[in-house]
Amino acid sequence: MKRSNRVASSFKLPELTYRVWKVWRRNFDVFMKTYKVNFFPPLLEPIFYLLAMGFGLGSFISAVQLGYPYIKFIAPALVSISIMYSAFFECTYGSFVRMYYQKTFDAIITTPISIEEVIAGELFWGATRSLISSSIVLAVVAAFGLISSPLVLLIPIVAFFAGLMFSAIAMCFTALAPNIDFFNYPGFLFITPMFLLSGTFFPLTILPQFMQILAQAVLPLTHTVILARGLMFGNFESTMLLSIVWIGVVTLAFFLLSINQMKKKLIK
Amino acid sequence: MVSEILIEAQNLTKKYDDFVAVDNIDFQVYRGECCGFLGPNGAGKTTTIKMIHCVLPPASGKLTVAGISVSENPRNIKKMIGVSPQEENLDPDFSVITNLTVYARYFDIPKSEARKRAEAMLKFFQLEEKRDVIIAQLSTGMKRRLILARALINEPQILLLDEPTTGLDPQARHLIWDKVRSLKKSGVTIILTTHYMDEAAELCDRTLIMDNGKIIEEGTPTDLVRKHVGEEVMEVDYDDKAVATINNKFPEARLEIVGDRIQVFATEPHGVFTSFLEDFPTRSATVRNANLEDVFLKLTGRKLRE
Repeated sequence: MKRSNRVASSFKLPELTYRVWKVWRRNFDVFMKTYKVNFFPPLLEPIFYLLAMGFGLGSFISAVQLGYPYIKFIAPALVSISIMYSAFFECTYGSFVRMYYQKTFDAIITTPISIEEVIAGELFWGATRSLISSSIVLAVVAAFGLISSPLVLLIPIVAFFAGLMFSAIAMCFTALAPNIDFFNYPGFLFITPMFLLSGTFFPLTILPQFMQILAQAVLPLTHTVILARGLMFGNFESTMLLSIVWIGVVTLAFFLLSINQMKKKLIK
Repeated sequence: MVSEILIEAQNLTKKYDDFVAVDNIDFQVYRGECCGFLGPNGAGKTTTIKMIHCVLPPASGKLTVAGISVSENPRNIKKMIGVSPQEENLDPDFSVITNLTVYARYFDIPKSEARKRAEAMLKFFQLEEKRDVIIAQLSTGMKRRLILARALINEPQILLLDEPTTGLDPQARHLIWDKVRSLKKSGVTIILTTHYMDEAAELCDRTLIMDNGKIIEEGTPTDLVRKHVGEEVMEVDYDDKAVATINNKFPEARLEIVGDRIQVFATEPHGVFTSFLEDFPTRSATVRNANLEDVFLKLTGRKLRE
């Protein structure tokens, strides 16, 4: 045990206790103070998208090619995008503000809670934000009559774990960030391409082969969309298992990496 | 006086890359005392404090709190310590009372008990009227009091106060001093860092003076004053004749020229300067008691640190 610790001296498995929950609870309490404001964006945004892209753009797109109306195609993408956005913003801008401007992390680690637990709490909170936002989007999509399978009830589970994945990736950027403007880079270079190229607004198969491969190999949103679409339409395909494994592995890796990197950043 | 050692450091060192912030220091803090860490900016006081409450790991050396090593069981140490940090880090997302109850939750204090303690703390620190106000609306003095209240929510045995009165007006400062004294009376062990020597002299049983990461002197405020600067200090406007007269009259005295003033430190008992004033009547002369600030400046120099 001692030796393996020394070998991986810069990388350690975090010791997490129930105290992670207390950090989560702090963020939840703040969220609930302004829940009316917090519920609005995830409620309105999908409505705009469904109107503009579903009905507007969708009227130019023949339903024959897809086999169903275009608006139905983008519905799971909207759910997936809200998973990505809420986790990403929570664990970049949100966490950075709490860490750097508010010194909230400094205050918490003065109590029996460790820095690893603070970061884990932030990550689980990011995942929870994804769960909340995407559930609202799901409700909107349902209200538009775009859901055809009871499997849709599994989407919140996907939302939580995919949200955890996006939170952990975001937290790695937070560990790298010298200042808050830094987040423009992952925003433009990572989130925006994913928003457009992950099988969100058109099927991946339209893309050149190498881009299809690339999208499946490195874009987390691709796999989120595959799962959301499969569950929403009620056709469970074997490729979905691959996506589950992909998300699982990436989540675990970035969960551990982000906690280690943040600890390194904060505890000198 | 035989006292129980509560905090003990041996060869304690902390490095940031190449910079040695705390350089191989030894010290003890005894149960029930108020121990002051004095030193210019960058002396290593805050780093030492942060190592005691386990948020910074020492680079080398031994540091124990109540017999527990900081590297072995930080959680148990943090449970018995209350911290008032130099940087205000109250939670701006919560009201005054919620700051206390949320903080209590971090310590596993049950909800009803947390509420009881929080209300009692607001009363103790005269913050009851601000109970439901958000942090941004508090004055600096109120924020400081709330930070102290928060530090006490876990009923700590040890209280770490890192510059608790910096930037406060005299009223707020005296209120905090009163509270610190009453906490000391109730048996809390206190470690205090401050730049105000009157504060250290007022509150501390013992002071450690740090400079460049080392502890350069230690003792009770009165002993340090007697040892390093004596009883009385006379200050006179600079004048060659005055210097000559002083050298002639007090060959043993230490002379320091600061700007356009001469400071004369005499080790003799009170009243030695009266004869000077008889020979050299000047309105610019003042005679005062030697104090801890004289000691501090003598030991750490007058050079600016930042």
